[in-house]
Amino acid sequence: MLIGRVIGDVVATRKHPSHDGQKILYVQILNLDGSERGNPILAVDAVDAGVGDQVLVTQEGWSAMTSVGKPFSPIDMSVIGVVDQIAVADD
Amino acid sequence: MQLGRVVGNVVCTIKSDPLEGKKLLVVQPLDKQGKDTGKPLIAIDCVGAGAGETIYWCRGREASMPWYPEQEVPTEAAIVGIVDEVHLG
Repeated sequence: MLIGRVIGDVVATRKHPSHDGQKILYVQILNLDGSERGNPILAVDAVDAGVGDQVLVTQEGWSAMTSVGKPFSPIDMSVIGVVDQIAVADD
Repeated sequence: MQLGRVVGNVVCTIKSDPLEGKKLLVVQPLDKQGKDTGKPLIAIDCVGAGAGETIYWCRGREASMPWYPEQEVPTEAAIVGIVDEVHLG
């Protein structure tokens, strides 16, 4: 799983039926120091996260689909947690 | 999933049976500013996307799910939505 920040969302009228009624979040994946890692991704929202939230993202398909109750659907990423705190030991 | 834009299509006369009747589109990934980023890829369309449209696509095993279990379509990328708007918070 990865840490990210919700930077927006996407509106799509024509989409796969399994995505109907799902919130699709635009998420910037982050490094542990808070810097940006690569281009933002789109993830289905399983936890009612919002813009500005730091979130936990799964990029494993089955986990992503089932987290929103849609097994066997074309969903490859979902937001499965809102992060309160990350603690990393200093070296 | 990721944002992209449809920039072309691919025609194959000889292909795996489950690909019969499917639309193969060339997708250019987009960054936050809507500019091209990275290299284009080929994805199967399941929403009726066309040239120039902003779309989002799904990668991996999940990309064949729109046709499963009726068909086992060999693909690792499928266009699953046509984007009307991206709201940046």
